[in-house]
Amino acid sequence: MKKYLIALLFAPLMAFASGGNVHLDKWPGSVGDKAALQNGAKLFVNYCLNCHGASYMRYKNLMDLGLTETQVKDNLMFTSDKIGGLMAVAARSDEQKLWFGATPPDLTIVARARGEAGNAGAGADWLYTYLRSFYRDANRPTGWNNVIFENVGMPHALYGLQGQQVLNHETHKLELAVPGAMAPAEFDKAVSDLVGFMVWMGEPQQEFRRTLGFFVLAFLAILFVVAYALKKEYWKDIH
Amino acid sequence: MSNQGKVDCGRRRLVVATAAVGGAGAVAALVPFVSSLLPSERAKAAGAPVEVDISKLEPGQMMTVEWRGKPVWIINRTKDMLDTLPKLADAVADPKSEKNQQPAYAQNDTRSIKPEIMVVVGICTHLGCSPSQKFKKGAEEGMPGEWLGGFLCPCHGSTFDFAGRVYKSKPAPTNLEVPPHYYMADTRILIGEDKKGA
Amino acid sequence: MAAGNFEKYKSDGSLAGNALEWLDARFPATSMWKGHLSEYYAPKNFNFWYFFGSLALLVLVIQIVTGIFLVMHYKPDAAVNANGVPVAFASVEYIMRDVPGGWLIRYMHSTGASAFFIVVYLHMFRGLLYGSYRKPRELTWLFGVGIFLCLMGEAFFGYLLPWGQMSFWGAQVIVNLFSAIPIIGPDLSILIRGDFVVGDATLNRFFSFHVIAFPLVLIGLVAAHVLALHETGSNNPDGVEIKANKDENGIPRDGIPFHPYYTVKDIVGVIVFLMVFSAVMFWAPEGGGYFLETPNFYPADPLKTPPHIAPVWYFTPFYSILRAVTYPLFGLDAKFWGVVAMGASVVIFAFLPWLDRSPVKSIRYRGPIYKTLLTIFVICFFILGYLGTLSPSPMGELVSQICSVFYFAFFLGMPWWSRMDKFSPVPDRVTMK
Repeated sequence: MKKYLIALLFAPLMAFASGGNVHLDKWPGSVGDKAALQNGAKLFVNYCLNCHGASYMRYKNLMDLGLTETQVKDNLMFTSDKIGGLMAVAARSDEQKLWFGATPPDLTIVARARGEAGNAGAGADWLYTYLRSFYRDANRPTGWNNVIFENVGMPHALYGLQGQQVLNHETHKLELAVPGAMAPAEFDKAVSDLVGFMVWMGEPQQEFRRTLGFFVLAFLAILFVVAYALKKEYWKDIH
Repeated sequence: MSNQGKVDCGRRRLVVATAAVGGAGAVAALVPFVSSLLPSERAKAAGAPVEVDISKLEPGQMMTVEWRGKPVWIINRTKDMLDTLPKLADAVADPKSEKNQQPAYAQNDTRSIKPEIMVVVGICTHLGCSPSQKFKKGAEEGMPGEWLGGFLCPCHGSTFDFAGRVYKSKPAPTNLEVPPHYYMADTRILIGEDKKGA
Repeated sequence: MAAGNFEKYKSDGSLAGNALEWLDARFPATSMWKGHLSEYYAPKNFNFWYFFGSLALLVLVIQIVTGIFLVMHYKPDAAVNANGVPVAFASVEYIMRDVPGGWLIRYMHSTGASAFFIVVYLHMFRGLLYGSYRKPRELTWLFGVGIFLCLMGEAFFGYLLPWGQMSFWGAQVIVNLFSAIPIIGPDLSILIRGDFVVGDATLNRFFSFHVIAFPLVLIGLVAAHVLALHETGSNNPDGVEIKANKDENGIPRDGIPFHPYYTVKDIVGVIVFLMVFSAVMFWAPEGGGYFLETPNFYPADPLKTPPHIAPVWYFTPFYSILRAVTYPLFGLDAKFWGVVAMGASVVIFAFLPWLDRSPVKSIRYRGPIYKTLLTIFVICFFILGYLGTLSPSPMGELVSQICSVFYFAFFLGMPWWSRMDKFSPVPDRVTMK
């Protein structure tokens, strides 16, 4: 009976979640912030890379975040002995399937995959909200559930930092029941850095791409002026 | 159309200007296409320097490691082997290793950093076959009687001594290539990279 | 003004001149140059709408060149690699990250696909505006419809290659359309896939079609399209036949040599196009999630359909028409008729030259009926396109049905309404507006 009541309470929430119109918190970071990206990289290799691969990335790419080869090797390289190696997951995918029921997805381009039509940047907001929305749920095999990803298969990897949240069934709001190693604001910043790293990792050359665009457009503007003058010159003949 | 000459002059300038700016743009547009033909990050990772432990390499023995898909030989030369080198000064094509087939630190009598340890790419400089070992002196391994030991390329018969120097009047034009390498420790060599700061 | 009766090149005695004379005696160099460029007389009153033909040719070249370089690194392989990712999907990310400059080439190709359709839709709309399909240019128009069909095939096959979720499920849905055909349908869809699901066999044959078969046909059709156009001469915004009024040398009085006049003009058009193209490619290569759909950043998973699948934007108007058909007819189910309607909505363009009975070609001299109906047609096309990107809904279904009915009514009613309009007199010579 009690379970049934809980299920009833959850029903509107689930309907909400499946509707896809969940409220997402805006990711406050930017991919231009090198220090934040370095911190995000550290969090990623420590908390995510154990189960999720980033198998299109090479450790060498992390040097683009302003790190030296030695820094990358000493602090971030756990699953490869070569700086040019891929950031593959340590665990084997078939074994993971046994443990979790599904292979944890590769995260290299998850920030791009979580975008939406008409709002390709929504992936960052989704990740930022998702990683902060885990709560304790005794009905789940992992003991965890998530407000924006109902019946999520993944346990809360960052709970040591955030602490344990519970869902208040009257207000439908999350409350911090057991504090973690970080204060809430500190944790939000850490998640923001982590999300920043994942956005950057989705396309490591994205800043360069935007910059290159300005040069190309400037060049085309010059070419336009010359070519337009040429066209004018020839078309003087035509009346 | 009345003042033909004058008009043409202005036009010519504009045609040249447009062609020059447009041409520069076309050349710039080639950059991504041409650079995409270069080795990718994956190829570079596969061709990364190789670390070799030579502590178990006995004198007179040779080991082969793969670097960038090519065989690299590491030979622990005995005193006897080393003594053959000066005797061959007149028999080999480039006794002093003057052609640029080795880093500066290997341009010496033994073509190596440590006299006894030879590190060399085992690819014949003629057409790319890998020469075979003919370490025994004399005719025992099918070589001429005066043979002092070294390598024979099976494809076209080029011969090399224990320093990878090519004999005179053979198809191979130059000595075998010594790859960039350095000693990370007494018995650990990194092949594929010069010592940093050196 | 076909390539043909031009005098052969005579050398001025210089080395280059001798070489050219040698060449021209053995190859129609001079006659091709003159017949298609320097002595091809195009109407002098081309406006904005006439840029899109040359731009379509430019995009074709971009797609072919970037495609050649992508094939050097792409692997059409649905097998899973050591990291649990399909090889084909991983090879695209390999191009984006590991191949020097690869990301730029790939974005050129993906942006180029959308640009191709934008340019071609505008080019087709130009035909509707000025009656370019009317006699004597019916064959040019038919080749054009052929190009459009070929382009749709090319885009469809190409979209499977990244082997993402949208690639997979898009191909799955479209191939299953063929199973709607009575009797042979189910076997036909297996024949197309070469497997019971979209799999490695499907990926490999789509790759073959995308990089060899369809490009060959496409290039052939483009050549035929241009040759047929140059045989009849170009139409123009006034719909006046410039060949009807020639000077004493046999040159149309309203014609100007394509080269240099339209080459220098088209270069300006090309630069403006490249500016827009670059802005998208460098600053928004996903095209807001419409050019590169976000679910396609997940590798294909045959066990999990994404919550919302929609074709790429350039197919959505026709996809909406497919979905709008919900009634079974003559004992055949709605699915079949949906496929028929979708096919008909594309092919019907081929009949335009014979459906249009108006005495004038250009919209400039047509009356309010054509102007109104064409406007509504374009609005319907946009609405259908927009609805095709959304999940199905009762409201959307009704609106798409209304729009689909109008879409077909526009064409099928044309033999009647195109005659009834109020026409204004067409001038003898072109006008420079």
